[in-house]
Amino acid sequence: MTRITTVAAFLAASTALVNPATAETELTMYYPIAVGGALTEVVDGIVAKFEAQNPDVSVNAIYAGNYDDARIKALAALDAGEPAHLAVMFSIDAYDLLEQEHIVAFDDLIEGEEDTRWLNSFYPALMANGQVEGKTWGVPFQRSTIVAYYNKDMFRAAGLDPEKAPTTWDEMVSMGKALTNDDHYGIMIPSTGYPYWMFQALAIQNDKELMSNDGVTTYFNDPVAIETLEFWKSLSTEHKIMPEGTVEWGTLRQAFLESKTAMMWHSTGNLTAVKNAAEFDFGVAMLPANKRLGSPTGGGNFYVFKNASDEEQQAALDLIQFMTAPEQAAEWSISTGYMGVSPAAYETDALKSYVEDFKPALVARDQLEHAVAEFSTFETARVRDGLNGAIQSVLTGDKTAEEALNDAQGAAERLLRPYK
Amino acid sequence: MTDHFALQRRRRAINGWLLLAPSLVMLSVFALYPSVATVFTSLWSRGTRRSPSEFVGLENYRHMFDDPGFWLVVQNNLFYAGLTIPVSIGMALTMALWANATLPARGFVRTAYFTPTVLPMIAAANLWLFFYTPSFGILNQIAGLFGADPVNWLGQPSTALWAICVVTIWKESGFFMIFYLAALQTIPPDLKEAADIEGASRWTYTRCIALPLLMPTTLFILVNAMINSVKLIDHLFILTKGGPSDSSKLILYYIWEHAFAYFDRPTAAAMTALVLAVLGILAALQFAIFDKKAHYR
Repeated sequence: MTRITTVAAFLAASTALVNPATAETELTMYYPIAVGGALTEVVDGIVAKFEAQNPDVSVNAIYAGNYDDARIKALAALDAGEPAHLAVMFSIDAYDLLEQEHIVAFDDLIEGEEDTRWLNSFYPALMANGQVEGKTWGVPFQRSTIVAYYNKDMFRAAGLDPEKAPTTWDEMVSMGKALTNDDHYGIMIPSTGYPYWMFQALAIQNDKELMSNDGVTTYFNDPVAIETLEFWKSLSTEHKIMPEGTVEWGTLRQAFLESKTAMMWHSTGNLTAVKNAAEFDFGVAMLPANKRLGSPTGGGNFYVFKNASDEEQQAALDLIQFMTAPEQAAEWSISTGYMGVSPAAYETDALKSYVEDFKPALVARDQLEHAVAEFSTFETARVRDGLNGAIQSVLTGDKTAEEALNDAQGAAERLLRPYK
Repeated sequence: MTDHFALQRRRRAINGWLLLAPSLVMLSVFALYPSVATVFTSLWSRGTRRSPSEFVGLENYRHMFDDPGFWLVVQNNLFYAGLTIPVSIGMALTMALWANATLPARGFVRTAYFTPTVLPMIAAANLWLFFYTPSFGILNQIAGLFGADPVNWLGQPSTALWAICVVTIWKESGFFMIFYLAALQTIPPDLKEAADIEGASRWTYTRCIALPLLMPTTLFILVNAMINSVKLIDHLFILTKGGPSDSSKLILYYIWEHAFAYFDRPTAAAMTALVLAVLGILAALQFAIFDKKAHYR
C-alpha cells in the first residue's frame, strides 16, 4: 500500500517535472518569518491559490529563516547565478539593496491606471521605508508596529483597572511599580535582536527622530535622545520595574506567557501566537506617550530583483499584487497578527468578523496614525549595529548614555560621509 | 626498446594522475580555489552604485587593523580559545579515563557524555538559551532554590562570553572523549599488568604510561579544538548575536556580519585571509614542536 502511494507520488512529481502543465514562467521567491507559529503553511496556501489562478506561472516559495538569513540566501542565490526573482526582506534594507543595484523600482514595473491605484492603496506609513530618492523600491507585506502586551490578571491582582494600560511614561512607571513583585517584573522591553527599534519607539514618544529622511544623517547624541536612553535605563536601575542587563528578544514572548512580566513591548507579529498560547487574560495597547504617542513601523517588504527578465518581473509583480490584495492581506493578518497592509484589507468580511471578536487585532493599525518610518540609513546595518551596541552598553552599565551615543554618532558620521 | 619504456612510463604516470584526480579535483574546488579567490577579493574595493570596484592593494587590511571592533573580536576569540581548549580537553580526558574503567552502566555513561555532540548546534543553542533565561530558566530556578538572585547570564557583558564558553565545553568535551576512549582502548593490557606487577599506583600508570601514549591523540584534538575555536558561529546567532555591546562577538561572526549584513565582502575576505594564515602558522608550529615529543608506536 505504502509502496503504491510512493510510486504514485513519484509519478505525479515526475510528470510535474517533465511536463510543467502550462507553466511558462517560473518564479523563485525567498521569504523570512521573524515571529512564532507555523506560518510557512499559510504562505504556501496563498501561493497555491495564486498558481491556481495563474496556470502559466509556477512559484517556488522558499522559507529562508529570519530577515538576515532571507537576505543572505536571496543574494547568495543571485551571486551564484541561481534563479531569484523576488523576495520579502527587511523593509529597511531598501537603501543598501539600491546601493548594491539588486532591485528595481515598482514605478518602472507598473503600467496603467489599475497598477497605479494598487501602488497607492497601501497605508502611507508603511510605504515610507520603501521610498528612496522619489521612487518606490519595496511594497509592504508583513508589517508591524510595536505594541504593548499586558497581563490583565496581574493588573487585577495589583488592584489596577485591567482595561486600562498605561498611556504615558509616568503611568507606565507608577503602574509598573504596582505590578512588580518577587515573582515577576512590571515591564520588559527587549534589548537584544532589535534594540534600535525599541529605542526609536521611546525616542519618538519623546518627540525626537533619530534620522533624516534622506538616509544620510543621524541624531543619536541629541540631548533628547540621550535623555530617552537614560529613561530606558532608569526603568531597571532607578524604578526597578525591569530586569537589569539586556532583555532577550527571542525568549521574551515565552517570559510573558510564563507570567514573568506584566507587560512586554513586542512586534504585533506575535499577536496570534500569544493569543493561541496565553493561559491568562491579556490585553494589547498602543505604546504610551511622553510628549507624543508613537512607534516605528517594522517588518518586511516585497522587492523585485533587477536581473530577472521583463517577463519574470511582470509575473513577480502579479504575484505581489495578489499577495497584497485585501483578501490575502486579511488572511495573513489573521494568522499572524501582522497588519493588513491596506485600508481595504480591513473592509474584507474575514478581517471584519475577526476583529469583531478580537479587538486587539486593531491596535497596531490604529497606532499607524502615530507611526513613523523605521530607522534606516545608507550603510544601515553597520550604523544600526553601532546604535545597538551603544544601547546595550548603557543598559548593562558599561557606559553613560551620553558617552555611548556620542560614540555611536561619531561612527555613524564616518560611515555616512561618502553618501552626503 | 626505448619506445616501450617510454610508453610504460607514460602509462604509469597516467595511472598515477588518475588515482590522484578525485582528491585533486575536490581540493582545488573546495579548498584551493576559494582560498585564492578570497585573497584576490581582499585586494579590491567594494563596488557600489557610486564607486565601482577597483584594485586597492592592502588598503582593506589597513582598514581592518584600524578598526577597534576587529581588535575587540580578536581579544574575545583569544579568551574563548584560551578557556575552552584546555578545559574541554581536560574534561574529555577525565571522562574518557572514567568511561574506560570498569564501572556499572558503562554504556549509559558513555552515551550520556556523547549526547551533546550528536545534537545539532542550533538545537543545543536553543536549549541553552532557555537554561540561561533569567527568572524561568533552569539555572536560575536551581540557584533560586538556594536563595540566589536571578542572574541575566547572556544579558550582561561580564558573563555573556563565559556563558558561550560553557556551552562549547559542554559540547566539545564529549566529542573529544570519543577520540581518547578509542586511543585508550588501543593501549595493550599487558602494560597495565606489568605496571600492576611492579606495584605502580594507578596515578603513576596514568602519568607515565597512558598519557604519553595518548600524546598523538592529544595533538590531533588540540589542532581540531583550535580550528573549532575560530569556527564557532551557530551558537552566537541563537544565544547572543555577539552582544551585549559586542562582548561575545567572535571572529567568524564578525566576518559573517561584514560579508552578509554590511555587504562588505572585501573586508570580510581580508579577515578570512588573516584567519587562514594564522591557523596555518599555528598548525605548522604545533606539528613541528609537539610532533617530536609525541610517542608513536
